[in-house]
Order: sequence, then structure tokens, then C-alpha cells
Amino acid sequence: MRTAKEIVEYVAELSRIKLDEDETEKMIKELGEVIEYMDILQGLDTEGVEPMSHVFPITNVMREDEVTPSFEREDILRNAPERTDETLVVPKTIE
Amino acid sequence: MTWETVIGLEVHVELATKSKIFCGCSTEFGGAPNTHCCPVCAGMPGTLPVLNKKVLEYALVAGIALGCKINRYNKFDRKNYFYPDLPKAYQISQLYLPFARDGRVEYVTRSGQKKVARIREIHMEEDAGKLIHSPYGDVSYPDFNRCGVPLIEIVSEPDFRDSEEVLGYLMWLKSTFEYLGISDVRMEEGSMRADINLSVRPGGSDRFGVRTEMKNINSFKAIERAIIDESKRQIELLEAGGRVIQETRKWDDNKGRSFSMRTKENAQDYRYFPEPNIPPILISEELLRTLAERQPELAHEKRERYIREYGLSDYDAGLLTEKKALAELFERTADLCSDPKETANWMLGDMMYLMNRDSVTAEELNIDPAQFADFVIAVRNGIINRTVAKSVFEKIFASHDFNVAKYIEENNLRQIDDAGRIRRIASEVIAENPKTVAQYKSGKTKVFAFFIGQTMRRLQGKANPSLVNEIVTELLNHAD
Repeated sequence: MRTAKEIVEYVAELSRIKLDEDETEKMIKELGEVIEYMDILQGLDTEGVEPMSHVFPITNVMREDEVTPSFEREDILRNAPERTDETLVVPKTIE
Repeated sequence: MTWETVIGLEVHVELATKSKIFCGCSTEFGGAPNTHCCPVCAGMPGTLPVLNKKVLEYALVAGIALGCKINRYNKFDRKNYFYPDLPKAYQISQLYLPFARDGRVEYVTRSGQKKVARIREIHMEEDAGKLIHSPYGDVSYPDFNRCGVPLIEIVSEPDFRDSEEVLGYLMWLKSTFEYLGISDVRMEEGSMRADINLSVRPGGSDRFGVRTEMKNINSFKAIERAIIDESKRQIELLEAGGRVIQETRKWDDNKGRSFSMRTKENAQDYRYFPEPNIPPILISEELLRTLAERQPELAHEKRERYIREYGLSDYDAGLLTEKKALAELFERTADLCSDPKETANWMLGDMMYLMNRDSVTAEELNIDPAQFADFVIAVRNGIINRTVAKSVFEKIFASHDFNVAKYIEENNLRQIDDAGRIRRIASEVIAENPKTVAQYKSGKTKVFAFFIGQTMRRLQGKANPSLVNEIVTELLNHAD
């Protein structure tokens, strides 16, 4: 079993979020509350209950295969902190 | 000690829809970077993806062709991972209830062996973008045009034992999707690519060894090389007393070897959960029936029919059916001339030779079936002989706009069936070559071909060959 601190650090790393000491403490508390609540739910008898896949009882919301105009590239890129005329600029990532 | 290689495949196939899977942006290949993007596929917060109906239809068509059980109730999930080619930081995919499971593919390997591959599942998902890495600095430039292009991922059971089986299966998939018209299946454009899961184990063992994964290999040649190399690497490692580490490796086709990618241990935690923005999909029995009925005759079905109906060999039938364009040319021509055997012979012989010589692909072929049929009839009816036919076929191959009958008349290519004329020419040849005749008489029957050749040449190669044969034989046997 991982400690609450380890879980917070792990999730932060997966999300590429940097947390300082205070933020980590705050997260441990908040995430802890969520997990505690989950524990209450875990105690329920769900024998024979299908997992819910969607909150509304609707299915098959689809569209026809039709091309609609894309956005101007400028609008796609304008909010980026760093960019060229054609693309965003991101730290070099080679998997 | 003998080793057995065990391979399972995950094959990604881009579906040939006009628009993306969850938005109306174009799927066209090769646009300027980030020009086929909108807030949905560029991952802006607060956008709502809506499934493209055609994606579901194409996916179901593939599932049916691969003999899968279709999950009439299926849904999408989020696969979370952080990588700059995926602006949402999650890929919409199907984990818990994929649309198809438990399929089966019967394919034939290059050396003619029949094999079976079981399909574990097929799911729908969206493609990611492309990263262009700067050669100068520590930055990359993401192009999101491919984000949201529809894919199906076909996951096989570990049923392959060598590269020949893998290639046989991939060829089966490629031609099946081409016949179904649901994908361009162009490996060089990335519209079909394979991840290879490979392990080795001692021959006779029924336990699996530790496997490695090589992702996104996109040519048949590279796949073959990667499989051979990785099997060898693992066997050598184990024989030297080492152990195989479960990892993802990158195949470098230029260097001809794979490299460990040394990803962090927790990098594979995708934290899947149901996609809340897309309601589940319910597939009606009626839709499935309609799609199954609409399924065209596939390559492997044609292959069996050609063997059965036309008496072609398994190998020849395979060559004619692998590409849809070839099968269509064959069927239309054979239908017009009512001579499938002769049509097949010209396609498998002269046509394939010319395609090879001139680097013409099946899709680029420019042969008019009507002209081809007239040609086959002309050969069969002895209007032109086979020597002349070869040069006429080259004309048919070179141009769609070619009239066989006119060409034969204008160039005076008709076969010479005039026995009197052949006899006259053959007599001349015999009279002019007394020494050779003497050789023949003394038992050197090999010189017979000389008389045939000379007679043919003087008749511009157009004479009826069996008549020439008959007349020369007769004249030689009666010569003094």
C-alpha cells in the first residue's frame, strides 16, 4: 500500500505537474477525502449490478461523414506560449 | 537447443473516411501543418466530440470480415497519457467494451501453407499527431493534422511463429481492407502499421517467454527484418545466460537493429476510464445483417473460386487476387473472351514481366479489358501466332487507347496459314542448305530447329507454327 504522499507525487508526475511542499500537503488532504469517500462506496454490495457506462440513457449520437471547414491555423495556435508560424513549440520529446 | 519464436501483432489501420472520427476536419494526407484542425481535434477544453457514423460502419465491416463476434453494445474510454503529439493528453479508444472480439483469419503464407490467426479484439480509436523534431535545438514541432483520424486496432493472439506467417497475415489484412474499400492501406503513408510483440521459448514448451514490443513499423521489409533480428537477439541473450527484459524497443531500419527505449517504469499507467462525452453505441441486428449482405467477394474467396472454376493453381490464383485491380481486370477480360485460362496466362506471364520491367503497380495498370479480350480471342483463333502476340501485348500494356484488330490489319500481322506458301519457303531453305540437311539425315536431329527458324524468319515470324513444323518435317524426310 502506498502512502498518501506517494500517491500524490505519482499522480502529479503522470500529469507533469510540479507541486511544492505546501501544495503537496494540500493535495494529500483533498485527495485523501476523495479516497475516503470511495472507500465508503467500496463497502456497498454491488453484486449483480452492471457498471454504469454513461450517465444519460442515450445511445448512438453520431454525425454524417461530412467535411466541415477547419479553423484558421492562427486561431489554433494563438494561445500557445511559444510557437512558429506553423506549429507550437514544445520541449523535444522522443519516446 | 532449438528455440521457438512467438509473435502477436497489434495492427493499426486508418479508415478511409472523408472527415475525422469526432469532428468534421478533413482526413486528407499531407496538408500544411495544423491546417486540418479545429478545437475538438486540437484538444481545446470544453469541446464535444461526436462520432462519425461512417467510422462505425467501416469498423463493423472489418469486424465481420475478420470473423469477429460484434459487441452489439460498445463504448469509448479515455486512455490518458502525456505526450505532445496528443493535445488532449488522452486518446479516445475502447478498452472495456470494444466493438469486436474473438475473430479468426485463415491466410496463406508465401510458401503456400495455410495458417490460422485468432483475433482477440478490434477497437476503434483516434490517431495522434506527428512530432517534427528540430535538428538544431531542444525543441519539437507538433503537427495535429492527423489527430482524430479514425483508426481500428486489430489485436491478434500470439499465433505467429516466424516472419513468413506475419507477412502472410498482414498481406491478408491489406488485400481484405482494399477489397472492402475501408482503408487505403498504404504503409508508406502510415495508413497501416504494426506493433510486434515477440518472445522466444525452448522448442516444445507451452509457456511464454518474456516479450518485447516494437512499435509502428511501417513496411513489410522492415517488419521481416525486425522479427528476424529480435528473435536472434533474444536467443543469443538467453543462450549467454542472460534474461530478456519486458520493454518497448525502437526498430531502426537504417541501422538494421532495435534499441531499448528505456521508458520510465510508470509510463504505462494509462488510467483508463469511460469517455463521458460519447454515449454508448447500440448496434442493431438489422445493421449487421445489411453490412454482412453487402460484403463483396474478398481476395481469399476469389482465390478459392479461381482454383475451383478456372482450374488455376493456388499460387497463380493468389497472384491474380492479391490486388483488387488485377482481379477486376482478370474477371472483366475473361468474361468478354470466355477464356479465363488464356487470360490468366497472359497476365501471369507477359503482363507481370512488363509490370516488373517498367515498375508499374496494379493500380497504375492501363489495360483496356475489351482490347485485352479481343487479343486473347485473336491468339486463340490463330489470327496471330504467339511470337507476334508478344509484341502486340506490349502495345496493349502500354496504352489504354489501342485497337487490336486495327493494329493487326494495318501492320499485316495475321498468321500465315497458307500451306502452299509455307511449303515454297521451306523448300527454298532446305535447297540452300544441303550440308545441314545431310547432318539431319545422319541423325543430328537437333538441326531441325534451324530449318524451322529460317522458314519462320523468311515469313516475318508470322507463320502458323504447327503448320511450319509439319511441312518442314515432311520435306526433310523426303529430301534426297
